Amino acid sequence: MTDQEILAGLAEIIEEIAGTPADEVTPQANFVDDLDIDSLSMVEIAVAAQDKFGVEIPDEQLKDLKTVQDVVNFVVKSS
Amino acid sequence: MNGALPGAKILGFGGYQPDKVVTNDDLAQLVDTSDEWIRARVGIQSRRFAADDETVDDMAEAAGAKALAASGLEPSEIDLVIVATCSPESPMPNVAATVAYRLGIVAPGAYDLNAACAGFCYAIGAASDSVRAGSARNALVIGAEKMTAWMDWSDRSTCIIFADGAGAAVVGPTEAGEPSGIGPIVWGSAGDQAQKIVIEGRNGKLKQDGQAVFRWATALHPVALEACRRAGVTPADISAFIPHQANLRIIEALAKKLGIPRDRVADDIITAGNTSSASIPLAFSRMAEQGRLQPGTPALLIAFGAGLSYASQVITVP
Repeated sequence: MTDQEILAGLAEIIEEIAGTPADEVTPQANFVDDLDIDSLSMVEIAVAAQDKFGVEIPDEQLKDLKTVQDVVNFVVKSS
Repeated sequence: MNGALPGAKILGFGGYQPDKVVTNDDLAQLVDTSDEWIRARVGIQSRRFAADDETVDDMAEAAGAKALAASGLEPSEIDLVIVATCSPESPMPNVAATVAYRLGIVAPGAYDLNAACAGFCYAIGAASDSVRAGSARNALVIGAEKMTAWMDWSDRSTCIIFADGAGAAVVGPTEAGEPSGIGPIVWGSAGDQAQKIVIEGRNGKLKQDGQAVFRWATALHPVALEACRRAGVTPADISAFIPHQANLRIIEALAKKLGIPRDRVADDIITAGNTSSASIPLAFSRMAEQGRLQPGTPALLIAFGAGLSYASQVITVP
């Protein structure tokens, strides 16, 4: 999967879970500050990302994933 | 012996909430939190706390009396009393025998069952099996909790969630030819995650790894789907979805994954908080009062909590 494909998949997940329009999900967007996504929504996003990308994102990892690009990088690194 | 077991069904529900209403603003006086934060994270606006001298027994008795009245049965027709609780005053005596005595139920089988927040569904399963197997003509099932007795009032991640209350149901046999009104239970546990929700030691307070529990609970929809499958229904047939009232966001996530529309979903947590094993019968009673339940239709229950333990079944609305 390319970064672009992961980004698109992530945008879909975030729109589904948090209701954030997919076009706001840019690589540099910060989950808390820009997308208004809290820790519980991050858990839901992590679980959905696991289903979609086959990459487990553990709870202890979540606090380090601050931007959309952080998640893309994590998925690339772990797949 | 006739090979086919008779069916079981729920004859009536009842709920009891203590008088004291505690708002989020009240809790913000105790710990560093806010109404906005609590509403956003757990969906609770207010909850009820038992009075200092009000016990699990007292609340169980009040709910049990209402369920008994709703069932139309006499106390003498009850052979079994099961109280699901994880917050009794002490390990002995159990709550069930005392409550049975107070309700005028003479010498029934009586025991407490601890599957924490999953307890009510476990107890309905146990009661249903007892009625079907002929161990009891009718059974009274009660979920009763005084969670506030086990709170750490400096822990803002737990003391804003839990509350007190009791709910109950009477389980009896179906009529000849009537389909069973309690579907097969789908239950289980995950003891490898036992440390996620604990009360440590005799004077311990409840501690919870909220994020881990949230992740686990929001992924339990396959359990509910299996309960539907085993009852011979689909989520589209479900007229009311009544999950354990742990957190509104868990409730909404499960409903969404099951494809059950929001107006069929119990949301009693908003004004009741998380009352552990009491939450499902309390939520059921509330939906009935609001006219949101249609007798004779299938309702889906799922409960989950410390253990970790979980259980789900489809019941017919009495």
